[in-house]
Amino acid sequence: MLNNKGRVTRPQESTDDHIETQDSYSGHKGLLMNEPLLFEVGGLDKTGVDLPDCSETENMLGGLERAGEIGLPGLSEPEAVRHYVRLSQQNYAIDSGFYPLGSCTMKHNPRLNEKMARLPGFTDIHPLQPQSSVQGALQLMEQLSHWLLELTGMEAIALSPKAGAHGELCGMMAIKAALEAADSSRNIVLVPESAHGTNPATAAQLGFKVASIPADADGTVRAHAVQTAIEENGAETIAGIMLTNPNTCGLFEREIKAIADAVHEAGGYFYCDGANFNAIMGRVRPGDLGVDAMHFNLHKTFSTPHGGGGPGSGPVVLSQRLSAFAPVPFLQKSDDGLTLIEHEDGDDTEAEPFGRLTAFHGQMGMYVRALSYILSHGLDGLAQASGDAVLNANYVRAKLKHLLNQPFGDQACMHEVLFDESSLAGTGVTTLDIAKRLIDEGFHPMTIYFPLVCKGAMLIEPTESESQASIDLFVETLASLIEEAKAGETEEAFHQAPVHTPRRRLDETAAARKPILRFESSSN
Amino acid sequence: MTKTYYSQSHEYVSVEDGVATIGITHYAQSQLGDIVFVELPETGRGFKQGDEAAVVESVKAASEVYTPIAGETTEMNEDLAANPALANEDPEGAGWFFKQTITNEDELTKLMDRAQYDAFVKENQ
Repeated sequence: MLNNKGRVTRPQESTDDHIETQDSYSGHKGLLMNEPLLFEVGGLDKTGVDLPDCSETENMLGGLERAGEIGLPGLSEPEAVRHYVRLSQQNYAIDSGFYPLGSCTMKHNPRLNEKMARLPGFTDIHPLQPQSSVQGALQLMEQLSHWLLELTGMEAIALSPKAGAHGELCGMMAIKAALEAADSSRNIVLVPESAHGTNPATAAQLGFKVASIPADADGTVRAHAVQTAIEENGAETIAGIMLTNPNTCGLFEREIKAIADAVHEAGGYFYCDGANFNAIMGRVRPGDLGVDAMHFNLHKTFSTPHGGGGPGSGPVVLSQRLSAFAPVPFLQKSDDGLTLIEHEDGDDTEAEPFGRLTAFHGQMGMYVRALSYILSHGLDGLAQASGDAVLNANYVRAKLKHLLNQPFGDQACMHEVLFDESSLAGTGVTTLDIAKRLIDEGFHPMTIYFPLVCKGAMLIEPTESESQASIDLFVETLASLIEEAKAGETEEAFHQAPVHTPRRRLDETAAARKPILRFESSSN
Repeated sequence: MTKTYYSQSHEYVSVEDGVATIGITHYAQSQLGDIVFVELPETGRGFKQGDEAAVVESVKAASEVYTPIAGETTEMNEDLAANPALANEDPEGAGWFFKQTITNEDELTKLMDRAQYDAFVKENQ
């Protein structure tokens, strides 16, 4: 089968089982190695290091010394190096291809960021060295803080949270601290049905009760639904709301300001999940929308590596109402330079930090990369990045909407587009099958089965990084697969996919029902 | 004489001699896919109608199981806890979840019978 550019979209040899299933003598395929576990590489009988005999040393273990072999493989350096290089070659990454994982913003990680992060002034410092000797690093944190506050129109920032969900926890802890400071017993947090699962989990973790708000037929949360929820629970019980904007259906919450007003009027706080900030960066300031707390994912919006490539970083910005409760450490400016306040004695400031989230100040390397990204784009460049991200998602939407159903009608999306599997009804092919076939086609699949508000969700986020050519190739491939599924007759080929991967479709049921949780040597 | 009722959230209640046996319907298990874990309520727990009573986890999703009627649990299906696949193989038989008393018989009348439930499933497909 060919797509309209003549590219083969599924293996020609599917008519010839012999070629497709023939194993090589070595277990390798092409130059892609079949990599066993380190323990299977073996070498229990040899060693890769040459240690001096320690028989002269006095044994002080008091009879507790190991009697048998330690059971670790004794690999040579090239054996160990090859093992990890081969594994890395089996890893799919944003550096190897299109990665349209919705709600994850898998954008390109610019090499300039990496160059900046490798400057010795940033790499060769230690969290415990005197602050007077790391003023440059503190200045970088201060500048990043300035930009993040500027982009959001907020008052205070906590840089230290190390992931999006950690940032949510931080923001909600600030809200909890504010409520406690006011002796409030408010304990209900409103969360829309389409929210990231971490939202209700965060609220519950902090002892709040979660009340769910249904989405409207157009996929967004309506102010009247929030008002109803407030009235049902009683305005005096509302601690706040957690809302993602744009939401996980890729739609802008158009009534966000009215929602914020309703929650504020009830006396609650507005937490905004900033996971999808890439769609609005440089265009809308959450502070102007009535947001009291919002986390960023530096590893999404600000291009720092993630998905196995690097640590997350989830700074939180706070409104004036919450700014006093920001956790330590935070930066303070004086004539002597910058100070990282590690402990709040409460003497000369109004700060009432709720505590501390991390041992040190957070992910310094990610701060460098994020600021590098911000400065190399400038405000106009950031606004263009979000505009291009939205344009690319709508391009995908326009190219596929005749084949796939949009659960909330044909409306413009933000940085990601949501389809469901209703157009595949009766074909025997599911969203999962489409995703597995995409792997055979050399694409990381989109997010599937999330959000849960529609059946068989396919959430596609191309980001601004992709060229038209690369999006076209993806769209044409996906279109060919959908058309093939609708034409019927190849249902089995869909269920068999992927066929070109080092491992085929995994038995998730067996993995869950009979998990093997530790290595078992076949030779034992 | 056993009489079975169905809820809109795809639980069934089989009533025999004043004891209700509750589980998920065949349609529910087909939507969930392979079930890998169930969390059942301890005996002696009291529920209101619509309370979250159990959790079922499949390779696709984790879902709550709501009790369609108020009552107090009297027994949980130990076999199901040990072998969650029973909920796939025989959901409305050996794959039952728990048994409970019936506080208010009237609540049963608000549930669907088999024909109504089949029509409900068809409508929502």
